[in-house]
Amino acid sequence: MLSLIGVAIIVIGLALRLNALLVVLVAGFSSGLVAGMSPTEILAALGQAFTDNRAVSLFIITLPVIGLLERNGLRDQAEHLVQKLRAASAGRISFSYLVLRKATNAFGLQLGGHPAMIRPLVAPMSVGAAERDLPEEALSSPRFKALSQRIRVLNAVSENFGNFFSQLIFVASGGLLLIKSVLDKSGASVSLADMAMYAIPTALVSLVVVFVLCRRLDARIRREQQLLREEYPQPSGQANATPGKDTFTTSATESHS
Amino acid sequence: MNGIDALYLITGFAIMAFAVLTLTDRDHPRRLGTTAFWMIFGISLAFGQWLPDVVVGLAMLALALLAATGQLGFGNYGQLSDEARQARRKRLGSRLFIPALVIPVGTFLYTLTTGQSALVGLGVATVLAFAVALLLLRESSATGMQEGRRLADAIGWAAILPQFLAALGLLFDQAGVGQTIAGLVSSVVPDTSLIACVIAYCVGMAVFTMLMGNGFAAFAVITSGIGYPLVIALHGGNPAIVGVLGMLSGYCGTLMTPMAANFNIVPAALLELDDRYHIIRAQILPALVMLAANISLMLLLAF
Repeated sequence: MLSLIGVAIIVIGLALRLNALLVVLVAGFSSGLVAGMSPTEILAALGQAFTDNRAVSLFIITLPVIGLLERNGLRDQAEHLVQKLRAASAGRISFSYLVLRKATNAFGLQLGGHPAMIRPLVAPMSVGAAERDLPEEALSSPRFKALSQRIRVLNAVSENFGNFFSQLIFVASGGLLLIKSVLDKSGASVSLADMAMYAIPTALVSLVVVFVLCRRLDARIRREQQLLREEYPQPSGQANATPGKDTFTTSATESHS
Repeated sequence: MNGIDALYLITGFAIMAFAVLTLTDRDHPRRLGTTAFWMIFGISLAFGQWLPDVVVGLAMLALALLAATGQLGFGNYGQLSDEARQARRKRLGSRLFIPALVIPVGTFLYTLTTGQSALVGLGVATVLAFAVALLLLRESSATGMQEGRRLADAIGWAAILPQFLAALGLLFDQAGVGQTIAGLVSSVVPDTSLIACVIAYCVGMAVFTMLMGNGFAAFAVITSGIGYPLVIALHGGNPAIVGVLGMLSGYCGTLMTPMAANFNIVPAALLELDDRYHIIRAQILPALVMLAANISLMLLLAF
């Protein structure tokens, strides 16, 4: 049972909202001591694993490109385009992204990700769709800011559900190869194509689950928009008189702060 | 030098450039701490394979202390005014999307034509997208690094949490966390009941993935501890179906844990959410629905 001390430290440390990096190191040291390692051995093991897992940090290389595009109005343009699409809503955009993510993922393509797709494109489009026809003062209200956070959370959820619940449909995915190697070693031989086929039902279920979440978000957005229109009435009904006009004035950074 | 090492060097040097820019940023309230943080991390990323492991371990300690004592902050990134940015947006229009699309499309084409790993493809495509962006936007590469620094600061220490957690997973493994969990579960499960065994395997996958932050790390331990002996060997489950649905149950755990920081915590920072745990909170109920679906599908299809 002592081997679980690291797990206990993580659970308690994160529950107390202590700095996660420090909590992880303390948990790592405790686990290492339980395993009978010396402090130097633990440091070396941590360091080696840190180096071996550098791949998870490579997303940072995309930040200068994304930043440059944001500086020149990428997020504003995404918001701007979506304002013209009357049919676009935050839920529909999230769901469309999910479908695109699943379709490409099933063919082994990693077309997406939080830094490359969600932050610069999907999130501003979704928030932009919710901003449509709202008076400007309403957009800086606490109510809209809370709504905007919910929208971005659903965008992130679509990315994760799209990623996790369709990657195993691809026959040569890393996950299937791992399952095969573990089961083959145990003595139960399995075929990759069989496994890929049985990953499909779960993918379909996840499509339904996210669809429900998107519908619920859109319903919530409509309710909140109604409340915002009541809280911030437009002088002489300007907002509704010119529905097709470009009412885009708020900056992406403001609405995301 | 192979492609992936070159990519670590390029990314490491970009992060070191963030550090140098921070050092020259007189308006930065946490100038030295933030500089030290990115410099140490950049060096560890660029030169990790040539540094002694103990030195990298000490660097991790330094990074954690800098973050925990609040030495990271935001500087002055020379941002444009709202009007200036809108003017540029109007001039550039939807051409702004071109560099953004070069990254995924380039990654795909490079991977397809060379057969190299997607990570190398990502690196090549990103460098290409950077060049396209500089030409299209008529910006300098220094401005590009300044913008990269702005986003890196916005993510803050959460940017390196995934690598920390991967290192922790190794030590959990050394301490025998997996065997303990598998032993605990199989000692309480009435193994004559098929339903109990399937639930124990799927829930075990989810819970152990939550602890390790990674379904792959959980799969070998929980499958050899519960999945194979109880579900496949004892009750005769179809191994292909049990295996794939077991892994998918693990993914349900990934959605519910801060240990999977790159999917749950880093995006919260990237999307500028007030609560780091907002994405996890939103995913708990849908993930439990997915777990129930995986258990039902396994019972329905594998026997």
